[in-house]
Amino acid sequence: MTGKIVVDELFAWYDDREVLKGISLEIKANRVTAIIGPSGCGKSTFIRCLNRMHEIVPGAGTAGKVYLDGRDVYALNPIEVRRRVGMIFQTPNVFPAMSIFQNVAVGLALNGWRRRQELHSTVEKTLSQVGLLEEVAGRLDQPATGLSSGQLQRLCIARTLAVEPEVLLMDEPCSALDPIASFRIEELIRELKQKYTIVIVTHNMQQAARISDYTAFLAQGELIEYGSTPAVFINPKDRRTESYITGRSA
Amino acid sequence: MDPCACCLRAFIFGGVFGGILITTNRATYPGDTFFRRLTILFALALFLLVLVMAFQLYREAQPSLQRFGWPFVWGREWDPVHEKFGALPYIYGTLVSTLLALALAGPISLGAAVYLAEFAPRRLKATLAFLVDLLAGIPGIVYGLWGSFVLAPFLRNCLEPWLGKYLGFLPLFQGPPFGIGLLAAGIILAIMCIPVMTAVTREVLEVVPAGQREALLAFGATPWEVVRLAVLPYAREGIIGAFFLGLGKALGETLAVTMVIGNRPEISLSLFSPAHSMTSVIVNEFAQAVKAIHLAALIHIGLLLFGITLLVNIIARLLIYRLGRKVSRWKQVE
Repeated sequence: MTGKIVVDELFAWYDDREVLKGISLEIKANRVTAIIGPSGCGKSTFIRCLNRMHEIVPGAGTAGKVYLDGRDVYALNPIEVRRRVGMIFQTPNVFPAMSIFQNVAVGLALNGWRRRQELHSTVEKTLSQVGLLEEVAGRLDQPATGLSSGQLQRLCIARTLAVEPEVLLMDEPCSALDPIASFRIEELIRELKQKYTIVIVTHNMQQAARISDYTAFLAQGELIEYGSTPAVFINPKDRRTESYITGRSA
Repeated sequence: MDPCACCLRAFIFGGVFGGILITTNRATYPGDTFFRRLTILFALALFLLVLVMAFQLYREAQPSLQRFGWPFVWGREWDPVHEKFGALPYIYGTLVSTLLALALAGPISLGAAVYLAEFAPRRLKATLAFLVDLLAGIPGIVYGLWGSFVLAPFLRNCLEPWLGKYLGFLPLFQGPPFGIGLLAAGIILAIMCIPVMTAVTREVLEVVPAGQREALLAFGATPWEVVRLAVLPYAREGIIGAFFLGLGKALGETLAVTMVIGNRPEISLSLFSPAHSMTSVIVNEFAQAVKAIHLAALIHIGLLLFGITLLVNIIARLLIYRLGRKVSRWKQVE
């Protein structure tokens, strides 16, 4: 099986600060790949390069190749790339001016969906996929303001799933959540990998060990170690990986 | 900025500032206590100033208030010789020219603010923002001069005949083109409102969290879709607030309006016809008002204007404040 996403010698920078220094790795389809590493090592920048979100920051740029199903994403239209590679952010950034329904339907509407019937069935399907349908039943047309942060994050996941991407990028999706809400998201990730390829950035070692199949360890913009999660966690090859995982130093 | 807005701003700021000074109880040195009391006094002085102003207006307007009462607001006759006073033509002129200004300045300010906040390259942004602020600093009288020597002839010779020809079926664009009149006043006011409305709208758009934009961009939304679906709805209250601030400024503007509105107390549907405004009648007749009742009637108009601007500015501030609260509430979720 060749990788869903293949990254080849990827460099990224903000103005004159280099954040990624030549990263190459292969992300397998229908697997969860965790990106771990100390703060500021470029984890978020790395996944933002995969759907071309890095370049929206003024002064940011990239070099190198990222292939999605064998095609270079930097040669494709960024809008198409982002529709195929969905992203979940650290903060559950729902749209406060929209209802719960509209929040899920907005991505579909952007893709030209207009028929109310289809919108409704898709919104309900994705809400039930994230286990939110029963919790918000009867208040789909109300604003999302009354939901807990865990529910909001699941709403954001539903919103992203609704447009049926192929890859899900998650940038510390649980860092703002309590343990129970985090646990529900983790369960969801396990279910979702049947259909999607998932790349998750996390600060939580246990979480990475629990949910991922592969783990990449980044430090100071370089890929230190990449392999199957049990291998990286139980038998790290690099001394820096070992000391980071065991919490001795960054 | 007109005095009412200044006073209100100072009052709110003073109240908050004073509140902080009262609640902090760490100072035990006599010097600190003295300084604290002194600043409270200053803060209260601003508050008192507004109250005293309102009270003075109310007291000086008493003869007119007692004689005409509420019918003063909808009375159409203004005849100092026979001591008949009704403010409707002035209220009408002020409201129509202000609304016209808002209708013209609103889209332009919103568009300029969206460009400055969302699309402008970093360097151009600073230059343009500076120019916008520069416009706000030009005195009203200069706008008035430009209005009567450049704008009014242009309206009389070009724009108004053209509008009359093609849109003359609307009552708004009927009648002879005078140049000077409601349309000229509306345009001048619009130009004067644009800087403050653009500046505040831009600030409001810039407090919209980056996550809102990124969430939509990550869906493959185009920049225009991001503005329409994420930025504008999020900032809605703030934008309305910015427009109300512009409205407050337009209501109180005196000199520029007086120079181009025509100063004829008439109520006409046509935007071409000369009219009058609440501010211009005060500035025109104040010096000649020899009768006590005439003076009281002018102050009565001033009192009405004071009330309207105060209300408009309070609404504006509340809307902008509510946006700020919304942003901080959503920040807490993050």
